[in-house]
Amino acid sequence: MSPRGRLLLFLPSAAALLFLLIDGLHQLPGFGHYPGPYGYVLNGVGVSQRHATNLVTAVNFDYRAFDTLGEEFILFTATTAVVLILRHMRGEREQPGAADTRRENASEALRGLALAFVAALIVLGGYVVVHGALTPGGGFQGGVVLAAGAFVVFLAGEVVAMKRVAPEKLLELGDAAGAAGFVLIGIGGLIFADVFLQNFLDLGKPGSLNSGGTIVLVSIAIGIEVAGAFLLVWTEFLDQAVLVRSGGDEGE
Amino acid sequence: MSFLPYAVAAWLFVVGLYGIVTSRHLVHLAVCLTVVQSSTYLILLSTGYVRHGSAPIYADIPPVSTAVDPVVQALTLTDIVVESTITALLLALAVQAMKRFGSVDPSFLRQLRG
Amino acid sequence: MTSVQHLAPLAIVIPMLAACVIAGLSFLPRRVHELVALAAALATTTLCAILLVHAKHGQIVYWLGGWKPHHGVALGISLTVDQFGAGIAMLTGVLVVASLVYSTRYYDEVDGPYFALVMTFMSGMVAFSLTGDLFDMFVFFELMSVAAFALTAVRIEERGPIQGAINFAVTNSVAGFGLLVGIALLYGRTGALNLAQIGQALDHHPADALVAVALLLIVAAFLTKAAAVPFHFWLADAHAVAPAPVSILFSGVMVELGVFGAARVLNTAFAQPIEPSLHDLRMVLVAVGTVTAVVAAFNCFQQRHLKRLLAFSTISHMGIIICGLALLTDRALAGAAAYALGHGLAKGALFLGTGTLLYHYGAIDEFELRGRGRDLPVLGIVFVAGALVLASAPLVTTFFGKSLIEDAALSADYEWLPAVLALCSALTAGALLRATARIFLGWGVDAPLSDRTDSEERSQQESSQEEGADVEPHGHTPALLVAVPAVLVVAAIVAGLVPELVPSVERAAAHFRDHASYAGAVLAGRPPQLAPVVESHVKATAWIYALASTAGALLLAGMGLRGRHVLPAGIADALRAAHSGHIGDYIAWWTFGMAIFGGLVLWAVAG
Repeated sequence: MSPRGRLLLFLPSAAALLFLLIDGLHQLPGFGHYPGPYGYVLNGVGVSQRHATNLVTAVNFDYRAFDTLGEEFILFTATTAVVLILRHMRGEREQPGAADTRRENASEALRGLALAFVAALIVLGGYVVVHGALTPGGGFQGGVVLAAGAFVVFLAGEVVAMKRVAPEKLLELGDAAGAAGFVLIGIGGLIFADVFLQNFLDLGKPGSLNSGGTIVLVSIAIGIEVAGAFLLVWTEFLDQAVLVRSGGDEGE
Repeated sequence: MSFLPYAVAAWLFVVGLYGIVTSRHLVHLAVCLTVVQSSTYLILLSTGYVRHGSAPIYADIPPVSTAVDPVVQALTLTDIVVESTITALLLALAVQAMKRFGSVDPSFLRQLRG
Repeated sequence: MTSVQHLAPLAIVIPMLAACVIAGLSFLPRRVHELVALAAALATTTLCAILLVHAKHGQIVYWLGGWKPHHGVALGISLTVDQFGAGIAMLTGVLVVASLVYSTRYYDEVDGPYFALVMTFMSGMVAFSLTGDLFDMFVFFELMSVAAFALTAVRIEERGPIQGAINFAVTNSVAGFGLLVGIALLYGRTGALNLAQIGQALDHHPADALVAVALLLIVAAFLTKAAAVPFHFWLADAHAVAPAPVSILFSGVMVELGVFGAARVLNTAFAQPIEPSLHDLRMVLVAVGTVTAVVAAFNCFQQRHLKRLLAFSTISHMGIIICGLALLTDRALAGAAAYALGHGLAKGALFLGTGTLLYHYGAIDEFELRGRGRDLPVLGIVFVAGALVLASAPLVTTFFGKSLIEDAALSADYEWLPAVLALCSALTAGALLRATARIFLGWGVDAPLSDRTDSEERSQQESSQEEGADVEPHGHTPALLVAVPAVLVVAAIVAGLVPELVPSVERAAAHFRDHASYAGAVLAGRPPQLAPVVESHVKATAWIYALASTAGALLLAGMGLRGRHVLPAGIADALRAAHSGHIGDYIAWWTFGMAIFGGLVLWAVAG
């Protein structure tokens, strides 16, 4: 279809769709008047039932942990997919000297600051992961910060160093281990508490570091998985952009 | 005024679709898909908002205080992860499209027709 | 809880663990990966079979994390396993096993990540079938979608898979976001995510625009997965480029899960609000099913790329299954389920068969393969048998399914429907018989008539050649590559004759649609009181339609062999041009479909 034909088909349809959406959304209770009951019930019982003060994490890692399990595997699948799609084809090879060029192009200030940040980010990431049940944060958020910490090494121009710090095999293992860890915690619930994904550890005092039972364990498993997954994806793209050249031509 | 978040969300959904339909670059297309998804975040979070409610973090507020719905926030978190994975996948495909087709313009992807 | 119930989450997480093992230990040899994957698939199939047997007495409700409902408010997520859910999960397992066994010989080289993706794909599909929570359905819908996008793009050396994967990914993702908006709408009204609880909460309100729009978004998302027209454009592209062991999973069970999802929400969450509008809603859905069946059948007949031919035939048969859902009665749903079983097994066999042809000859084009199939007579018989199943020839599984749908259509005063569906079966089976005769017997003209060689025809030729170009023709065929399709097609033929199978499908359908007992079982733990179901007998009219569609298929195959076309040139070209491969076109059509379908649903439900 020509671009004009496409627009002729799309614009009236989009207008109708917009009208339909607004018509449906209009019947919702107004903004700020959530009718419940799911949220209100959980707000009422969440702290006492799970000794966790961050109820969003409690919902994600305990009440609706199965959704989070599925979502973790979506991340795992997409990471595996990116690895599969960006694998080296026949005739592609690493461009010699690309790593050195990158190191030369980064300024001293950038390199110094970036390397200073690595430690800070890793500590921050670890903190956010472990305190998931207490304060805003959790496995996903902390995992991304951890990944950023390792990735900052690349920004400093040290491509090769980054690949030594985060080698691909280790990342794959970490990704898979985190995902498997979550499943095993669920099976632990099955073995120790007779229900899959049942929280089977001692709940501790609300507000203390070991509260929430398995919530902290799940948070750590997810943190490892997310960090591994994101780093793996970034490394694959990095390979394509920086290192790989097709045999013969200049690539992209 | 209380309908504004929903109206914006509906608009984002449709305008993202417009971006996809008229896109001439696969990376732009992936980002337009993100715009469509951001409308879903907005709707989800808006349905769970409670007037004068605080965040559902009971670390330093008494357990009986009004808080917004934690469930929609958890759902939005799941949603964000799903979106980031799809974007990563589409971008990887765009990289390979550049190599195989020599272009990232969808009109140049003419291998499959009929 | 009894120990059988624990099998439900195990059926879902065993493949997940297998995926982790395969991906994490990627340095292990290919045989180890294959064995791990095969073991997990067999385990899941067995668990689903056990669940299927136990679900006969009523839904198995499993609250994950031990979160039982708190005064009727569901706190956690439930797996609500009924016979249909366990049944389709078992079909998933069977097809994955077939796919894995076939791929041991099919692929010359394959990386570990491929098997990990197949495992997560399977766990997503099984979880989608077994869950009782609406947002959980979304999560696993996305899981199986992402795995599917990835598996489509496995052969990145070729250009087609890249385009096919992009089109697949964007279309299905947009549908998924629509699904999420629908879920948000329902949540905003009911404050619940559990299907049974939503159904109960909606009971107290009349069906207004919100319910109608939520129904539109949720059902349209599932119908996009099921490739209803005009949401179907992605399927031909994706199936054409995915390797055969992957296509069997797409056509065999993934698209059927779209109809399953739509049926599930219509019979639980939306059951009460649509009660007063059944007649109008039936009209709308039957229209969708019929248009899908007809448009795809005609397009199927025009294809020469074997996989694209089979892909369009899948869309057409999904149209028939959607008609079964659309009639909104127990009998029609039972027919749809039986038909899906026969179709899934047969289509799987046919896709594996084309994979074998590609393996042996390095070609996938009907004309390029003309006469060369004489070395593989057994494969030819498999193709003919598959065509008979697609034509709903008498006594095959699809025949029983079709007869139930026809019976329901006649009772609901849709007298024209059986004839239209018979025509569609004849077209798709005829196209397949034409291709079979041309390839295995060398019959028919050796080049398409010159007045029709337009650019679309040329592009089909090109894409067939490209697909063949990278595959080294092996010149021989391991017995396994013929045995697996043969086993599947035999199963497709005889499944319907197994005593008690069709009556138990009818009973399962009635229980599936009994939303009161579903809600009682999930929310109150009440043991289900299942009303006895009157079994139906195959009527004489069913025999007539079946023989007509079989004869029609033979007739059309003969016409096709002589190079004759079934559509006037203008319409044929327009149809071909619509399937342009451009993602902007596809999303424009999707939006158009949403506008029309949405307007009709709004009128039917809220008007």
